[in-house]
Amino acid sequence: MAIAAKGPRTSDVVAQQLRGRSTDVKGIIFQAALLFALLLSLLILLVLIADVARGGLGVFQERGGEFLRGRLTVVSPTTAGVGQGIVGSLLLLIFVVLMAFPVGVAAAIYLEEYASDTRFNRFIDVNIRNLAGVPSIVYGLLGLVIFVQVLAPLTGGKTVMAGGLTLAILVLPIVIITSMEALRAVPDSIREAGFGVGATRWEVIRSHVLPAAAPGILTGTVLSISRAIGETAPLLVVGATTGLLATGGRGFFESFREGYTALPVVVFRWTSLPNEDFRALTSAAIIVLLIMTLSANAIAIILRNRYERKW
Amino acid sequence: METVTTDSPRNVHIDMGARKPNARPSGEPVFEVADLAVYYGPFRAIRDVSMSIAQHQITALIGPSGCGKTTMLRCFNRMNDLIETARVEGSVRYHGADLYDKRVDPVEVRRRIGMVFQKPNPFPKSIYDNIAFGPKVAGFKGDLDDVVEESLQKAALWDEVRNRLKESAMGLSGGQQQRLCIARCIAVRPDVILMDEPCSALDPIATGRIEDLMQNLKDEFTIVVVTHNMQQAARVSDMTAFFTAEVNEEQDRRTGVLVEYDKTEQMFTNPSDERTENYVTGRFG
Ligand SMILES: Nc1ncnc2c1ncn2[C@@H]1O[C@H](COP(=O)(O)OP(=O)(O)OP(=O)(O)O)[C@@H](O)[C@H]1O
Ligand SMILES: [Mg+2]
Repeated sequence: MAIAAKGPRTSDVVAQQLRGRSTDVKGIIFQAALLFALLLSLLILLVLIADVARGGLGVFQERGGEFLRGRLTVVSPTTAGVGQGIVGSLLLLIFVVLMAFPVGVAAAIYLEEYASDTRFNRFIDVNIRNLAGVPSIVYGLLGLVIFVQVLAPLTGGKTVMAGGLTLAILVLPIVIITSMEALRAVPDSIREAGFGVGATRWEVIRSHVLPAAAPGILTGTVLSISRAIGETAPLLVVGATTGLLATGGRGFFESFREGYTALPVVVFRWTSLPNEDFRALTSAAIIVLLIMTLSANAIAIILRNRYERKW
Repeated sequence: METVTTDSPRNVHIDMGARKPNARPSGEPVFEVADLAVYYGPFRAIRDVSMSIAQHQITALIGPSGCGKTTMLRCFNRMNDLIETARVEGSVRYHGADLYDKRVDPVEVRRRIGMVFQKPNPFPKSIYDNIAFGPKVAGFKGDLDDVVEESLQKAALWDEVRNRLKESAMGLSGGQQQRLCIARCIAVRPDVILMDEPCSALDPIATGRIEDLMQNLKDEFTIVVVTHNMQQAARVSDMTAFFTAEVNEEQDRRTGVLVEYDKTEQMFTNPSDERTENYVTGRFG
C-alpha cells in the first residue's frame, strides 16, 4: 500500500531497535571489578612463587638429588634434606586415602541415597558441614587423645598411623560433602529410569548413580588430599618428629608404626631456625611441597576430564 | 464400588464429585483401582479415582496439563514410593493382589510393570548398555545381543543405531532417546507397560511407528498410555479415561478427578459428560 512507502522502511526500524543501548556503564564497571579481583589474586600468587623460587632454586642447582634424599636435621644445613619429609608425607597420604575415601563415600551414599529427609538426618548433614570448618588444630588435639594415647597399643603412639588417622578424620567431612554434592547432581530421572526397569536401589546406585557421580567424587577426594598434604598444625600436635629422625631399614608395613616427619613440618621447623643457611633450604622445601600439591590437583583435573559425563 | 456397564442408561447431568459411570472394560482386569487419592505432602493431587484396566488392551489417560495423569500412572508401578512426600490412599489391585500391601516388594512390581517416562531419560551409557541393564538385573541368562536387537527393532530404532550401539545414548536425538527408552522397557518383557506421553518428542513418522508398535505389543502386554494427542488416543486405545482438575477450595489448588471412563469410541463420539465432550472436541484445555 502507498502508506507503507511513506514511513521509514521496516527493515531500518527493526535494525535500529535491535542495536540496543550503546554503552552499558554499570556492566563495564562490574566487569572491570571482576577482572581486578582476578588479577590481584594472580599477582599475589606470582609474587609468592617468585620469592620462593629465588630463594630455593639455588639449593637444587647445588645439591640436586642429594637434597631430595637428605635427612631432617636442624644443625647442618649442608647435609639437611627433605627425603624423610617426602616419604613421611607419602605414607600419610596412603593412610588418608585408605581411610577417608571409602568411609567418606560410603557415608555420602548413605546420607544422599538411603537416609530419608528426617529432622535427625538434616541435623547430621548440617553438622558434617560444620565439621569441615573446624580448625585443624582441634583435630590435632582429638588425634592426640584418641590415636596417640587411647589407641596407643594399636598405633604405637606418635607414629605414621596416628598422624594418618588424624589427617583422615580431618578431611573426612570434606570428602563426605563433596561426594554428597556429586551424588545430588545426578538427575533423579536417571534413578527413576533404573527403578523403572526393576533394579534395586543398590543396583541403581552401583550401575548408574556412582559412575555418573565419579568425576565429582574423585575431584573432591583429590582436593581434600592436597589439603592433607599441606596440613602442619595437627601433625605437630600428634607428634610428627621435628628433630633428628631415625627410620628405615624395616619393611613397608612396619614403617606405619614408626616415628615420622612430613614436608610441611620440615618447612615449619626450618623456618623457625635462626641460621641464615636454612632460609634457602626452607624455600626449596616449599617448592617440593608446592609441586606435590599441584600434582595432586593435576590428578584431580585429569580424573575429572577422563570420567566426565553429560546428561 | 459402583460400576455401570456401557449399555446401562448414561448419566448425562453434571454432578461434580459424584461417582461417574465407570465402564468396566471387557476382558480380565489387570488393575482394579478403588477410591484412589494421591497426596504430595498436604496437597491432594488426585482423588476418588476408581477404574479397572483390562488385560491386552490399550487404555489411554487424557486430560489437561496438571490434572494428575502422570501421578495416576505412577501409582500402577509404585513409582510414587520414590517421591518422599507422596502418599497413596485407596487401593490398587494387580491381578487381584493388593499392590500396596506391606509385604509387596516394589522392585518385583516394577519388573512386571515397566514404564516409559514423560521426558526421555536414557542412562548416560552406551545404547547397548541402556537396553542390556534391565535384563541383566533381572537375571537374564540368554544372549543379550539378541535381546538388544529385538528390543530396538520393536521400538523402530534398530536401523538408525545398529552401527553405533557402543556409542553414548546421550548423543541420540530427543525422539531417538524416547524410542530407546521404549526399547529398554520392552527388553525386560514386562506384563504391563506404562507410557507417559511416549510420542511427545516424535515426528509423525516415528509416532506412527510407535502406534503400530503399541498395536503389536497389545497381544503380549497390557498398555496404559498418557497422551495429549486426541487423535492418538482415538487411534490406538481401546478404553479412554478423561481426567480433569477441579478447584480444591481448602487449598486453592486443583485436584484431579476422573470425569469419565469408557470405550474409546464412545468417549469420542458420544461422551456422557459435557466436560469430556468439550475436551475431546477441543473447546477446553
Ligand atoms: N513430585 C511432586 N511434588 C509435588 N507436587 C507434584 C509432584 N508431581 C506432581 N505434582 C503436582 O501434582 C499435580 C498433578 O501433576 P501430574 O504431573 O500428575 O500432572 P499431569 O496430568 O501429568 O500433567 P502434564 O500433562 O503436564 O504432564 C500438579 O498440580 C503438580 O504440580
Ligand atoms: Mg505428566
